[in-house]
Amino acid sequence: MRGSAKVQMSQSASAPHVVIVGGGGTGGAVAHDLTLRGLRVTLVERGELTSGTTGRHHGLLHSGARYAVKDRESAVECIEENRILRTIAPGSFEENDGLFVAITEADEAYEPLFFESCLASGIPARRVSRAEALRLEPNLNPALRCAVQVPDGTIDAMRLPLRFFATAKRNGATIKPFTEAVAMTIAAGVSGRAVRGVSVVDRSSGARYEIGADLVVNAGGPWAEKIAALAGVDVPISPSPGVLVAVRGRYANMVINRLHASGDGDIVVPQRELSVIGTSSWLAADPDHLTVPADHVAMMISEGSAMIPAIAAAAVRATWSAARPLIGERGATSGRELSRTFKCFDHAADGVEGFVTISGGKATTLRAMAEAAANVVCGKLGIESPCRTREYRLAPHTAYYA
Amino acid sequence: MNAELDPASDTHATADTGVPIRFRVYRRKAGDRGGHFDEFTIEVAPDTTVLDALVAIRTRLDPTLVLRHSCFHASCGTCGLRVNDAEVMGCVTKVLELGTSTVKVEPIANEALVSDLATDMVDFYARLAAIGRPLIRDSEWLADSIEPAGIESYNRFESCIECGLCISACPVVATDSRYLGPAALAAAERAVAEPRGLDPNFVLDLADDPQAAWRCHAAFECTEACPSAVDPAGAIMALRRRAASRRLRSLFGWRKP
Repeated sequence: MRGSAKVQMSQSASAPHVVIVGGGGTGGAVAHDLTLRGLRVTLVERGELTSGTTGRHHGLLHSGARYAVKDRESAVECIEENRILRTIAPGSFEENDGLFVAITEADEAYEPLFFESCLASGIPARRVSRAEALRLEPNLNPALRCAVQVPDGTIDAMRLPLRFFATAKRNGATIKPFTEAVAMTIAAGVSGRAVRGVSVVDRSSGARYEIGADLVVNAGGPWAEKIAALAGVDVPISPSPGVLVAVRGRYANMVINRLHASGDGDIVVPQRELSVIGTSSWLAADPDHLTVPADHVAMMISEGSAMIPAIAAAAVRATWSAARPLIGERGATSGRELSRTFKCFDHAADGVEGFVTISGGKATTLRAMAEAAANVVCGKLGIESPCRTREYRLAPHTAYYA
Repeated sequence: MNAELDPASDTHATADTGVPIRFRVYRRKAGDRGGHFDEFTIEVAPDTTVLDALVAIRTRLDPTLVLRHSCFHASCGTCGLRVNDAEVMGCVTKVLELGTSTVKVEPIANEALVSDLATDMVDFYARLAAIGRPLIRDSEWLADSIEPAGIESYNRFESCIECGLCISACPVVATDSRYLGPAALAAAERAVAEPRGLDPNFVLDLADDPQAAWRCHAAFECTEACPSAVDPAGAIMALRRRAASRRLRSLFGWRKP
């Protein structure tokens, strides 16, 4: 594939410099992708890496089955990325699979459509009888009617993204945590305004300085709207939080999902010696002010125990909220009405050159989001360099600290 | 589903709860000659954690506060802190359960400081790499391994969340940085207990050293501090027994070449 590139970029002082704002999984994957394509990359994150939404998610490697019925595009994206991540990041997953369990008559009636939709999306799925499901997972609700096994898995929500940062750093990217973007440098050009750099404050020293850039990528997740505002641009990203509950004890080896249309409290992800139950969905005004509503916590416990009864009496280890970055029209009132598929915005359309926002998506699709963003970035900078992240094996997370 | 929820139902509220708590927070910026404490008052609810309060301080009162956090459920290991002089994960430590009207918050000890409450974990991973992480096993697949009998009752080193609390709590590391420390020795014991095709003598050689398993004072502070029940002190005692028994066998010529 290398020979197909017209211009072979090698990372040099003359390569264009891209500044990425946002150190979550998406920002890390964009840094990795652009570095491999030969660009000079600096990433700034106001806190620790993965301190926003990335680290707070339930740690599910999606098979795509959850989206198979209603959102085929997301389902196909998930299973493709699921396969790629297992190849490029071996050791970062528990290859424990997922089980969708039908508890009620209505769940059972939904099963044929669900199963066929999985197969139609390219998701390997296997019908599992009630007896076999209870043999595989003895803590499941004995009232369950049937189940479907799919290639879900458990991810370490922080350490998988950290491998993208570690690899980018090893390949020459500069990663700056505790460095907050506070302003954009905007130049007036012949074709309108253009972003030329980012002013940052190093929170570890208090020093304020400017980083020049040929292009700035906004990878702020649910903070994307605030970051875009620094450049005077409005992006339709809404923070949509959900509540998660971790209980002590590992009640299943597989990821347990409720076999029904997407709803609240429909998943239990085993993580080490914990079981993480998720999630709910609402729209918040500010991703910096997330609440953990009591009724949502209670709902996680009751819905989780519908699948695994022992959860009702389990000791709660932690409750928290995580804000999804959802793309949509203004005015929607519930998070689930918005698309979960990611989107890359070239803000030249808003009259600002040199500024790109990548948002939406989910942890499982971080690499694909980065590929899409990097394609737009390279197109804008006139660079022809193919994406290499589908095959490039990532460094271990420990390499970040080397 | 509501667009905006009733703030009164927030179990982790950091305002308007009527229970004010004073936080004395360690501060130090790069270039400062020493550290000092700043005080902030935050109102807390029954489920409000030390981490929630620190995030609220940063969001509402002082954006210059530097701290680490990621998962909010003691799985990632980033928000290890010393709270009222004890090593804890900030995300699972409820403020009101501390039982003090003033809460002192400091960074973990025995690691280099980035700023304020954030430490640089380079040294932690260097210790792990020195013993637990360079091991090339014959197979990465658990299915290929011969697991020791009764493994389900073992404390799992895999439960280690790499938080550094054991290093922070260890009285020996505090006075002698050459000591390998509890996390790396727990990793070593795990590798020896379940070698997956590796010659465990190689790891045991590293552990059977004056700066390794024999340097521990058996204070058990590490096991006390561990938020994931890895029991590093128990692992160190197990390594000593293995090393002693190997010497004994060697003395009587029983050790295989």
